[in-house]
Amino acid sequence: MSTTTTLEQPKTGTWDGGNEPMKASYGKLMMWFFLLSDTFTFGAFLTTYGLIRHRHNAYTGTAEDFTFSTAYWPIPEKVFNAFPGFHGVDLPLAFVALMTMILILSSVTMVLAVEAGHRIDKNDVQKWLLWTILFGSTFLACQAWEWSHFITGSDQGMLMPDGTRFFGANLAQNEYGPVLFADLFFFITGFHGTHVFSGIVLLIIMFITTVNGTFQRRGHYEMVEKIGLYWHFVDLVWVFVFTFFYLV
Amino acid sequence: MAAHSHNAHNEQITGEIPKPQTKGIWRVFIILCVLTAVEFAFAFLMEPGTLRNVIFIILTIFKAFFIVAEFMHLKHETKSLIWTILVPCALIIWLIIALITEGSFYGDSVFNYFK
Repeated sequence: MSTTTTLEQPKTGTWDGGNEPMKASYGKLMMWFFLLSDTFTFGAFLTTYGLIRHRHNAYTGTAEDFTFSTAYWPIPEKVFNAFPGFHGVDLPLAFVALMTMILILSSVTMVLAVEAGHRIDKNDVQKWLLWTILFGSTFLACQAWEWSHFITGSDQGMLMPDGTRFFGANLAQNEYGPVLFADLFFFITGFHGTHVFSGIVLLIIMFITTVNGTFQRRGHYEMVEKIGLYWHFVDLVWVFVFTFFYLV
Repeated sequence: MAAHSHNAHNEQITGEIPKPQTKGIWRVFIILCVLTAVEFAFAFLMEPGTLRNVIFIILTIFKAFFIVAEFMHLKHETKSLIWTILVPCALIIWLIIALITEGSFYGDSVFNYFK
């Protein structure tokens, strides 16, 4: 009745299970992979932008003589040169510079919130989350202003074939240049703005949960870290949108 | 990852909260501001052209590096996680470049055919 059982020693290698090979939790990894898939979405926008821009003529004259025309792609600093409260003053890219600074600053306050989470410092997490929500909302408000200005248009507008004047831009008409320029503006900045909006909603949920002390009882603030990853991604996308839409 | 200290489970017995270590974070913030300022300098002081666009793209990649490495903490993760994220990103960049060059050529030939 002797039975021989050979007990197999469990494997203990990095990829043999029972541990976290990447030293990151499931949720954090999935957030990374989601962001990777989102990169594809914005990559598609970037490709579309590159192709459409290639199909249009570039403006060849000097910047001083530039006028809006549907014959060539406009110079961005001539389109985006308005600032709230300074009607008629030519301030090229000043407002978008301000928006960029606000978004980078919101990213910094987000890292500070994550850092406070590492120290299990509830008050600091609350404080920095609130700053991030504030800066994020400010960015969104700026974008709303930018959109409404773009849609309302300049004082002179564009002379239509039937003698009337068209002001601003929509998906079918555009006084600043080719129609597709306006379409891409609406789609790319709009898609980014939607991401910012979702981020703010998530941050507000984080703030409420922190105030309720849920993370404090749980013993860690990893959820804030995951939302932080998303928020930095939104900032990252803006860095690219800014370069390709406003600078190039 | 967050420290799972057991006494933190009870809100009443929270021990000493360590002092914040924020020097590195503000350093990255200043770097990002400087890079953005340099981009603006090029936008206004340099004539538009391929060279200027290349400079813009290089500066953008620098900014992206600092955001991903420091703010998203990827630099301090394990090697396998770093490569898991970076390799698909490199492929996406390749895909974008390939689609734009091939697509432009295809677009040109189609449009010129009907001219």
